[in-house]
Amino acid sequence: MRWMWIDRVVELVPRERLVAIKNVSLAEEHLHDHFPATGGAGIGGRAAMPIMPASLILEGMAQTAGILVGHADGFKEKVILAKVSRAELTREAGPGDQLWYTATIRTLSGAGASTEGVVELVEPGGSGRSEIGRIDLMFSHLDQNMAGQSFPEHNFVFSEGFRTLLRTSGVAADF
Amino acid sequence: MGRDEIFDTVREVLVDALAVDEDEVTADAKIMGDLGAESIDILDIQFKLEQAFGFKIAQGEMFPEGVMQDPEYVQDGKITDKGLDELKAKMPHFDFSKLGGDRSVTGIGGIFTVDTLVSFCQQKLQAA
Repeated sequence: MRWMWIDRVVELVPRERLVAIKNVSLAEEHLHDHFPATGGAGIGGRAAMPIMPASLILEGMAQTAGILVGHADGFKEKVILAKVSRAELTREAGPGDQLWYTATIRTLSGAGASTEGVVELVEPGGSGRSEIGRIDLMFSHLDQNMAGQSFPEHNFVFSEGFRTLLRTSGVAADF
Repeated sequence: MGRDEIFDTVREVLVDALAVDEDEVTADAKIMGDLGAESIDILDIQFKLEQAFGFKIAQGEMFPEGVMQDPEYVQDGKITDKGLDELKAKMPHFDFSKLGGDRSVTGIGGIFTVDTLVSFCQQKLQAA
């Protein structure tokens, strides 16, 4: 499994806003463990309830916002998630649902960035996007904040997977 | 903007950044020791102060960074005379007289209080 929790970037306003989508699928193994059926079919048993873990929705927003922050300086900085300032989700997402992540930069500096994020859900056959949560994050530029420690020169944060994602979304990824 | 008004805004920022109760944010509360801030929270507080007051804060302007890694300023975990002079010049919002005789570098956290931040913001606003 690749650690990619967004499928496509659908909008990018450099240094301002990035919108990405994630299609939730039953082919994702973890959905079968989150949550499996318990206790058989009789009384006390519970049918399986495949829902996307909230922690992975948070990761999806972190990747959305992280790309936005990384893009701001041409992916030169190693952008690391440093703080979850706020995370609220009001309902779950299941197979067939599509998640929309909109990340907006609030502050950007040499040391890092803070972002605000809205999570929306599109249900198949539903009436469009409806907000299901807010996730505000802080990112640190790794090389600027670790008291002079040095890290590998190549940008291991934005790996080949991210470059592929950007390229297939029509965003230049020649870094 | 008066000092009380600045204090109120600083308190709002700290409540938001550190998820602490308003009554915990007293003038002499230590940002790290009492309010539980970690290093990334310092950057968060910096961002939020910038937004609240509309000034820019350079890296290492609010809380000492570069000085601490310089062997000329810090030796064996203690701040040298030269280091202390440098800190006093760069960080006028800190009250270094409270640092204590041992001048331990870790003691800086102990004198970084809500009051320090209020003084910092007041000086920034006056300089603007």
